[in-house]
This record gives sequence, C-alpha cells and structure tokens, in this order.
Amino acid sequence: MNKVWPLWEVFIRAKNGLSHRHAGSVHAADAKMALEAARDTYTRRMEGVSLWIVPSAAIVASDPGDAAELFEPAADKVYRHPTFYVIPDNVKNI
Amino acid sequence: MYTTELKDKNQKSVTPVAAPEDPERLAAFEARVAADDFIEPKDWMPDAYRKTLVRQISQHAHSEIVGMLPEGNWITRAPSLRRKAVLLAKVQDEGGHGLYLYSAAETLGTSREEMIEALHSGRAKYSTIFNYPTLTWADIGAIGWLVDGAAIMNQVPLQRTSYGPYARAMVRVCKEESFHQRQGYEIMMALAAGTGAQKRMAQDALNRWWWPSIMMFGPPDENSPNTAQSIRWRIKRETNDELRQKFIDVTVPQAEAIGLTIPDEALKWNAERGSYDYGAIDWDEFYAVVRGEGATAKERMQARVKAWEDGKWVRDAAAAHAAKRQVREAAE
Repeated sequence: MNKVWPLWEVFIRAKNGLSHRHAGSVHAADAKMALEAARDTYTRRMEGVSLWIVPSAAIVASDPGDAAELFEPAADKVYRHPTFYVIPDNVKNI
Repeated sequence: MYTTELKDKNQKSVTPVAAPEDPERLAAFEARVAADDFIEPKDWMPDAYRKTLVRQISQHAHSEIVGMLPEGNWITRAPSLRRKAVLLAKVQDEGGHGLYLYSAAETLGTSREEMIEALHSGRAKYSTIFNYPTLTWADIGAIGWLVDGAAIMNQVPLQRTSYGPYARAMVRVCKEESFHQRQGYEIMMALAAGTGAQKRMAQDALNRWWWPSIMMFGPPDENSPNTAQSIRWRIKRETNDELRQKFIDVTVPQAEAIGLTIPDEALKWNAERGSYDYGAIDWDEFYAVVRGEGATAKERMQARVKAWEDGKWVRDAAAAHAAKRQVREAAE
C-alpha cells in the first residue's frame, strides 16, 4: 500500500459573523481524517469556531499570468468609487 | 437597493414561538442573538427565523435584480459618455448585489431556481419603488439620490443583522453603494444649476420620487406586525419609522442645498424633537403597488421573464459545452 494521501485545504472561521479564511492544508486519507488533522494542526490555540475542508484538487485557481487581462480593466473605472463625485462641503451625510 | 420585508396583508404574522419540541435550543438561540452573536448556516435556528430570513433576503435580492430595469431604461439615452459609463457601472453593481443576496439566501436551504420561479410567478415580492416608471433623465438622478439613499439608510444597520451570511453580503453592498447615491445627487446638482427647463425637470423628478422613496421603509410601526419579532431576533435593528425619520432628516437639507423643494406642505422642522415633522403618507397607494397593480409592475415582470426565456439558449449552450469538454478531458 503506497498510495499518497490527497491534499486538503483548510479554512477557519475565527468567530461567528466572519467568513472562513484559508489557513493552510493537510494531507489525509479521507475527508473525516482531514477534518481531524486540520483541527489538530491549525486550531490548537482557539483559532476558530468552525472548519471547512476542501479537496485541493477541487479548487480552480486563476493563472497569475492572466492577472493583467483579468484585473486591469478595473483600473481606469475610477467612477466606481464614491470619491469620484465632487459634493460641495455644505452638503452633509452623502 | 433595498426592500423592507413585505407580507401580504391577509397573511398571518410569524408565530413568535418556535416548535415546542425545542424549548432548550430556542432559549439558547434567543440568548445568543440577544448577546449580539452571529448565527451561521449550520447553527440551529427556529423555523420562523429561517423563514423570515429566506423571505427578507430573497425579496431583497429580487429588488436588486428588478431594480436594474428602471435604470437600464436610460443607459442608451444617457446625456454623455461619462454619464453612460457611470450608469452602466451602477446597474452592473445592482446585478452583483442581487447575486450576493441570492447566495446568502441559498445558505438557508432554498435554491436559486425556487427563488427565481417565485419571482416570475408573482408569488415573491420586491420593493414597491421599482414599480414606478422612469420618465426623464432626472429620474436617474432622483433614484440614485433618494432610492439609493433610502437603501443605504436601511442597509447600514443590516451589516450587523444576526444572520452571518446576510450581514457579510450587506458589508459588500454598503461599500459599493455609496457611489450610487453620490452620482445621483451629482446629476440632480447639475440639473438644478442648469437652465430653467433642466431645473424644472429635476423638481418634477423629486416630486414624483419623494413619497415612493419614504414609503420604501415599509408600513408604519403600529402596522408592521413582524417588526418586534424581527428586532428581538436582531434581523432588523431599527424600526421602519425610525429609519424613515433619519432619512428625511438628512435628505431635506440636501434638497435645500441645491434649491429644490420637498413636495410636502406639512414638512416642518420640529426643534423640540430635533427632527422634521412630515405629512401623512398615502398607504393605500403603497399597498396597491405591493399587490402589483399598475402597468409598470406588469412591464417589469414581463421584462424579467423575457430576459430569462431569451437567455435559455445561452444556459443550454453552456451545459452542452461543459458536457463536451468533460468527454474530451476523459478521453485524454
């Protein structure tokens, strides 16, 4: 038996109200053991109240080489920000 | 954009007590929300809490989606390239807000298909404000300034609503919403400082949008049977009337600053209360619009259903393409 355990990504919710954030990954033979391993590896100091375990192979990541075409189009759309609009100082609460 | 939670008048109000089988869980739940803790999807929650949230979040989502229609109506007729780019960006944001909210509702166990079907069949409600027509360019200014202004007033406290996914969606929405109001006010400012005809157009838009905007906060507190329960569960954090008053108090000076007049003869500063007194609201009109009476309501749903049906070939093509790619990848 020489099967490599699959990789799992670990997400922790620090407290209710916050979203789960990526913490790292673990190798484990199945989902249940991955959850146990993540608990032991990443939450020994009260780091969170909830864990998500996701098979690493299930994550679809963008190619950093595509960053320009994906994200640069937002750069010249300054009108998406409130400060683009000049409101006189005497007008409040807007 | 925002909708306050609406119910049909003849619908019974939410039973304040959950199923009797869970008194301990209910007590623990009540204690958690009372302590301002957030409830997350896998936490136990009373059925009525879940149902109220599904209704409120899905209505909110529908409002964002339907809200694209009155403004989309002016994209091709915006008076300059700058205004067009801005309006396009705003309508795009509204679509995005609808998607954040549908996702938040899905965490409660409802599906996207069910929600869309409920909207298209007329079972689900959306904010009454979108059942008014956008007749002139100034209406785009009035919507940004007043409708989005009212929405912000409603949504800011919802960032602390007790259901985590809804609260987080609201944080994103609020961050994006501020430009919506400012671009609308800027349109009104430009028109109010323009020719006589432009100023009249701005005033006419304010006249038509003012009352519907203050109705967006929903029925008065004494006529809003679910408010107490929703506040106890921290779903809502302020009552309809409190939010309406806040909105009026900040908006009146903004109208004065650009020389426009709020169309309410009873509007008067009350120094004792530190707030504006305002005239009686025509709630019969509100309920007629809630029931979807009027030509614009029908037009809105026809436009939604048509968009859904016209998009069918795209959904089919995407599914066929995915299936083909899967076969190809399996063969490799």
